[in-house]
Amino acid sequence: MFFNFMDELRSAGLKISLKEHLMLLDALNAQVIDQSPEEFYFLARTTLVKDEAKLDRFDQVFNKIFKGLFSDYAEEGAEIPLDWLKSVAEKYLSEEEMEKIKAIGDWDELMDTLKKRLAEQEKRHQGGSKWIGTGGTSPYGNDGYNPEGVRIGGTSKHKKAVKVWEKREFENLDNDREIGTRNIKIAMRRLRRFAREGNAEELDINGTIEGTAKQGWLDIKMRPERRNAIKLLLLLDVGGSMDPFIKLCEELFSAATSEFKNMEFFYFHNCPYEGLWKDNKRRFAERTNTWDILHKYPHDYKIIFVGDAAMSPYEITHPGGSVEHFNEESGHIWMQRFTQTYTSCIWLNPVPEKQWGYSQSTKVMRDIMNDRMYPLTLSGLDDAMRELSRKN
Amino acid sequence: MKFAGTDNYVATEDLKVAVNAAVKLRRPLLVKGEPGTGKTVLAHEISKALAAPLIEWNIKSTTKAQQGLYEYDAVARLRDSQLGDERVHDIKNYIKRGKLWDAFTSTELPILLIDEIDKADIEFPNDLLQELDRMEFFVYETQETIKAIERPIVIITSNNEKELPDAFLRRCFFHYIKFPDRETMQDIIDVHFPDIQKILVSRAMDIFYNIREVPGLKKKPSTSELLDWLKLLLYEDMPLDVLQNADSTKAIPPLHGALLKNEQDIMLFERLAFMAKRNS
Repeated sequence: MFFNFMDELRSAGLKISLKEHLMLLDALNAQVIDQSPEEFYFLARTTLVKDEAKLDRFDQVFNKIFKGLFSDYAEEGAEIPLDWLKSVAEKYLSEEEMEKIKAIGDWDELMDTLKKRLAEQEKRHQGGSKWIGTGGTSPYGNDGYNPEGVRIGGTSKHKKAVKVWEKREFENLDNDREIGTRNIKIAMRRLRRFAREGNAEELDINGTIEGTAKQGWLDIKMRPERRNAIKLLLLLDVGGSMDPFIKLCEELFSAATSEFKNMEFFYFHNCPYEGLWKDNKRRFAERTNTWDILHKYPHDYKIIFVGDAAMSPYEITHPGGSVEHFNEESGHIWMQRFTQTYTSCIWLNPVPEKQWGYSQSTKVMRDIMNDRMYPLTLSGLDDAMRELSRKN
Repeated sequence: MKFAGTDNYVATEDLKVAVNAAVKLRRPLLVKGEPGTGKTVLAHEISKALAAPLIEWNIKSTTKAQQGLYEYDAVARLRDSQLGDERVHDIKNYIKRGKLWDAFTSTELPILLIDEIDKADIEFPNDLLQELDRMEFFVYETQETIKAIERPIVIITSNNEKELPDAFLRRCFFHYIKFPDRETMQDIIDVHFPDIQKILVSRAMDIFYNIREVPGLKKKPSTSELLDWLKLLLYEDMPLDVLQNADSTKAIPPLHGALLKNEQDIMLFERLAFMAKRNS
């Protein structure tokens, strides 16, 4: 049962497993729901979707698979509430007709004619997003059911004609999340490896008991606190083309400083060369020799470059290519030194991935990084952290 | 046994289906949603509706999965052994039951609420996989297996601070409480303040939804905040025209402290008000 549905969901990127499929069948078997398509939709959703970002995709697949199957059901929704008809009657019928009707005095007949007329006008409005957007107002309501442009006010609680999954209410949750400090922190938490290192400051109760039992006297054991053992070196591009991304980089920076205890940072401009600096105001006066950095920080440090990698290609490939000073060795060589020294390194690029192709230098940099360049979005950050947390 | 909302909790159709599926199949129900949309309250209401006792397990960043099963109090035993207490001979005296144990051995069918599971360490849900799936666990110290007499109804809430592992998710039903639309919100308010003036509510809801629309808010106000705010408005006996006259030059709503919880947000509103004044 529902194999099509499952296949389609899987190919839409929802990771549905056999377990969930069985759970759905189980629930159907246990008659959790009545036999209504709407409830089936709710049940399928609660069993199969485990991430609110995927809800919209689920709705689309559901719509695709079950479209047509429930069409009769939807047309039933064309039942029109009486008071609504009344309000239409005033606008829709000419005065003469109204007079006539008044003369006849048969309200029921009027309603019948009106229903017929409305049915002739147009079939059910198909899936237009405007129409859905009004949510909760009558399907024949605000957005032009009637070609003559009679706007029908009055809302109706009769929502059945709009299939819930066609509404796609969860639309804006899909991959469009704002990237804020908190979100970045959460993405960065992937990069956690707890270890006990450093000074023994914490009482190890179990160890103490064990030691005491063994020795016969009170043998107090101490151990170091459990901490995140990841060490991070953040290298940030500043100035020039990076200016539009300052806010994003600030957020990344503040999230990283609070999340990692062992974090160091340096700045560079466009491409790292023989000197990096920690204070942008004194960038020419206080530089740290890049060799010193490579030597000082052990190889288990993880390196994150943050930059748009947009520059003239010569700034990477040629000695003397730097825009600010004369560099004796090319940026390429310096980048290679970084990637060779540190096995875990990645490049975060705040420019949207789509635009990377337009800049030659981005491609060069990406090659140097061995494709480990990620966009500075939540999903990109997530992938980047996964890459960094891989054990080498 | 069917859950259909209660006198003071408005459950949407999809939520009812999710809850009933979880109750019937006795699988955990994972509830997510913006803070203040009634995730924790849901468990309380289910407990009320089904007349089942509620066992609450509030998770903190330091909570370990083992604490939910049982804890062995070695220090107390060590002390007792030094003092020559008789109790020391039976290890059972030093095993402290956890919430899961309570839920498994409860005589009535209980509802177990695991609140804010995302607060705990990343490994926490993985450590509970087997226990929640089979509803049993093994106590090493006494060599006994604790098995659920009847599978409890488990409600788990999460604020999405950490991603939960796939293996864990596969075993749960999932429901995302989305922010209520106006109609549902009206129902919710009716339930909480039956006597409130319709026009006041409608005006307040206009203001409330407008605030939620303001771009750049750090923390959008949620249902619970709207309810608090209404309570305040009622308590202060705020005259209706104060709300009604809330023109754009006074962008900050009265008693905004209940809605805006962040000084940056309040600043933002003050700036907006200032700009509106300058333009007019």
